[in-house]
Amino acid sequence: MAGRSIARKSYDGVVLAAPATVPYQRFSKETAHWWIARALRQSLQAAGLSPRDVDGFSVASFSLFPDTAVGLTQHLGLTPRWLDHIPMGGASGVAALRRAARAVQAGDADIVACVAGDTNQVDSFRRMLSSFSRFAQDASYPYGAGGPNACFALLTDHYMTAYGATREDFGRICVAQRDNALKNPHAVMKTPLTMEHYLGARMISDPIALFDCVMPVGGAEAFLVMREEDARAAGLPCAYIRSTIERHNAFPEDPIQMRGGWAMDVDELYAMADAKPDDINLLQTYDDYPVISMMQMEDLGFCGKGEGPAFVRAHDLTIAGDFPHNTSGGQLSAGQAGAAGGYIGLVEAIRQVTGGAGPTQVKNARTALVSGFGVINFDRGVCSNAAIISGAAA
Amino acid sequence: MTTPIAPPPKKDPQQRTRVQTLPSGARSRAALGLTAAAAEGRFMLQVCAKCGTVQYPPRDACGTCLSVDLPWKDIAPEGRLIAETTVRTSTSTYFRERTPWRVGTVRLEAGPSIICHVHGDVARGGAVRISNRLDKSGQGVLFALPAERTQNMEDDPQLREMTANPKFRRVLITDARSGNALALAQAFAKAEASIIFVGEAEGWRPYPHRDELAAIPGVQLLPLDVTDTSSVAELAAEIGGKTDILVNNARFMRPGGILARGDTVFARDEMEVNYLGLMRLAQAFGPAMLGRGADGQNSAAAWVNILSVYAYSNLPALGAFSASSAAAYSLTQCLRAEMRPGGVRVMNVYAGPTDDDWHQPLPPPKVAPQALAKAVVAGLKDGLEDVFVGDVAQDLIDRWRAGPKILEREMSETDGGAA
Amino acid sequence: MSVQASNPAALLGDLALALVSGAVEVVDLTHTLDPDFPVIVLPPEFGQCARFRMEEISAYDHRGPAWKWHNFTCGEHTGTHFDAPSHWVSGRDVPNGSVDEIPAERFIGPVCVIDCSQGAKANEDFELTPEVIAAWEAENGRIPEGSWVLMRTDWSKRRGAAYLNMRDDGAHSPGPTPEAMRLLVDERGIRGFGTETVGTDAGQGAHYTPPYPAHFFLHGAGRYGLQCLNNLDRLPATGAMLIATPLKIRNGTGSPLRVIALVPNQGLPNKDAQ
Repeated sequence: MAGRSIARKSYDGVVLAAPATVPYQRFSKETAHWWIARALRQSLQAAGLSPRDVDGFSVASFSLFPDTAVGLTQHLGLTPRWLDHIPMGGASGVAALRRAARAVQAGDADIVACVAGDTNQVDSFRRMLSSFSRFAQDASYPYGAGGPNACFALLTDHYMTAYGATREDFGRICVAQRDNALKNPHAVMKTPLTMEHYLGARMISDPIALFDCVMPVGGAEAFLVMREEDARAAGLPCAYIRSTIERHNAFPEDPIQMRGGWAMDVDELYAMADAKPDDINLLQTYDDYPVISMMQMEDLGFCGKGEGPAFVRAHDLTIAGDFPHNTSGGQLSAGQAGAAGGYIGLVEAIRQVTGGAGPTQVKNARTALVSGFGVINFDRGVCSNAAIISGAAA
Repeated sequence: MTTPIAPPPKKDPQQRTRVQTLPSGARSRAALGLTAAAAEGRFMLQVCAKCGTVQYPPRDACGTCLSVDLPWKDIAPEGRLIAETTVRTSTSTYFRERTPWRVGTVRLEAGPSIICHVHGDVARGGAVRISNRLDKSGQGVLFALPAERTQNMEDDPQLREMTANPKFRRVLITDARSGNALALAQAFAKAEASIIFVGEAEGWRPYPHRDELAAIPGVQLLPLDVTDTSSVAELAAEIGGKTDILVNNARFMRPGGILARGDTVFARDEMEVNYLGLMRLAQAFGPAMLGRGADGQNSAAAWVNILSVYAYSNLPALGAFSASSAAAYSLTQCLRAEMRPGGVRVMNVYAGPTDDDWHQPLPPPKVAPQALAKAVVAGLKDGLEDVFVGDVAQDLIDRWRAGPKILEREMSETDGGAA
Repeated sequence: MSVQASNPAALLGDLALALVSGAVEVVDLTHTLDPDFPVIVLPPEFGQCARFRMEEISAYDHRGPAWKWHNFTCGEHTGTHFDAPSHWVSGRDVPNGSVDEIPAERFIGPVCVIDCSQGAKANEDFELTPEVIAAWEAENGRIPEGSWVLMRTDWSKRRGAAYLNMRDDGAHSPGPTPEAMRLLVDERGIRGFGTETVGTDAGQGAHYTPPYPAHFFLHGAGRYGLQCLNNLDRLPATGAMLIATPLKIRNGTGSPLRVIALVPNQGLPNKDAQ
């Protein structure tokens, strides 16, 4: 993959605006359509737009069946000239950003509404797991049906053996995020989490214990992608895209996942942004389990491979800390709203760099790195991507 | 070493018998190749015919060169456990009822990594031998066993879920009169079956090995004639609720095909015993077994049919008998589908010529009753669905798989010996 | 034999009254058709007589809500059964040799019962010989022409393996010698011959010359066999009437049937009072 012949085009002239989060619910009797509609309405209202103004629409959801983005256009009364449906789970936020930005840049669409949302009905998680993917159906679900808990337990077990990480190291990530979540009025988790609580929690799938797992919830997230001049004309706070990367099925030769696709493309991520890890004011990783956040810290260049445990010991990951991480509480403390879990970090980062994060606001947050990770197709996450965004043009 | 299982206590009559739940049986068509291999106890994976890459999970195109020519091949079972977890909560009712459940990632020496069930005696990071088993839903699953045998390893609770081990189970063998019955009863006694019921037809006719059979510890001779619906129903009413393994051993066989016989009398007897006998047994014993698939250590576990391999391809010298075997074989496929919701394995044991009166003029090789019995018990311990006993049966099934039409022509040249 | 009664209608009327009063008793000589009732066992390469089998068609259920019925299958020679002349090779050319052709009057006749029970008790291969017949006739008079002759052995009281009494050299049960059969068939002109055992011949009857003499001589002469009879100990030596009507099966060589005997009830003058 080395030796790319032409330099990638910048995302100049395209911005992200109108971040919207519909407060999550543990269980919902509503449908994905309902959640997506609410997020879209909230985002458009923030931008002072009506559905008629939207000519591009990007959707990510697991629970829309039998509908797709196509059915949603009619259901929601949209008439877009650009339509996308992104099945990348935890990588769908950055993927939506990348695709929509290029569409706006090329003039294929003026305003793309990017929305992710899922419901969580009482039995929907089990049903989703049993038919998640063909490889999962054939080669992982029959083995204990532990779902992602068991898959990440295996990755965690291997990581701990390989690099000497302890449960306490992962606990640091979870405890810090709970601290952040307590400042986020929409977070599902509202009680403090101490290291003692974390370590004393019951095992779910060894070495994964209760507080290593996200809580499935119903919820939705949205943002708009539009031309910079349109945002300015509307007086909207907006974020600039400095660089992105994306990779699928990276390192298939690794016997078990020790790294994600970020490790293949991280140099390009910083080169395109003309930045280095030290320039990042806050990091939003995809955090369905702490081990994968730790791998992202490594693969995105904040520390070397295997140095994640030492890194989290050396840094304060809270909003006020020296390395603010998952400032809304992340999925671990705010809940995992299906495909919206792939948006939560990005939507929070847009708020952060535009100064709109309110109680979770990191001081002087100018540049954020958001990374996505999605789809445990069999034994590992297949999709990985990342973006660096800033509150001011580079 | 594994803690040996204890003899199960007597059933608590106040407790509801646990309903069998099943692990997910949904599979892609490609993945059913694993099931087909597991039915015979073989560990096979797809191997690309073009580039030789071993594939896992099963797929439709090579992950290296995109060839769609991916034949299933026997794979070296060695590997190493590189990660493990113990599942304590599961979204599946089946596993939820059986937690803690150990699973792991194994790096195969053959290449790919797999997620598999892990035997309790496998050490962390240890060497393993992968075995391809049928789970309770009847689908092939990979199971990591210790590289070397350990003490009582068959008693591992997860492994026992994949097998129909006779230990502490109650067995019914039909047709005490057949020479196989004696060998079968001896083999089940050796395998620690707790009771060995042996069905005896026409008690008013003596047979040579009766005393020897009755003397085997655990054997109880009971009246059973598989051609008599009322007899089958009566025995099922008495012991159907404690028949954990049923061995359908009755067989009626006479030499000859169609023209030389000139009548349908023997053919009718062959169908009465070999085909309808199976159906009567299934109708009488099947429902109780279906309801007892999860009934503790001595749950209903398996239904064994002793069949002629000529079920697959007619041996004209035994043409009418072969046809009845084919009918029985077809019925076992139906039975397998119907017993699957109860987690009860239906195992067919196919033999070529057996060492008995009706094959007496045939030259060797012939399957001795002891060899047949050994294969039955071994098959149950491995949880198989299809067992081919002896060289003739193995050779025939190999040739059948290679080309059934060619085999048909070859069979007409084969001397059944019994004609 | 000649009927002395002047008026057949009066005779039947008297019989009917006697049946009602119990002065004439009806004795059932039949075993229940039961799947586990023994049948004759031949070397396995020969065809075998089908055992009695019964399958439910419906029983007031989804297969037929208001009725219960069965299909049954069996051989012609299963259970208490009748042998027609065409059953045996010696009778293959006998006129009216199959059950459907036999005139109905042939099924009913007087019956002589030769009690061999003591001999059979002492010797399971007990033979009915001309001497035994002579001794019986000395006591009971000459066997009338056209009689049914039954050989009582009390074998019907045996159960399970003791009934066929099969050993390595075959079955062991009492039966007639060739000479006895010649005497009964050729000289006494009997209607038919019946036994309590599984065949009209002895268990070891294959070893006579000719083999199976009862079958050979009876059927060769157009006479009938009855086997697997029951309750012969309830019949008098003479004076009873036997009714044995097989099913009317086209070209049938025999059939299971209900065999009954009409027996004068000497010890019951006042049955109505009971």
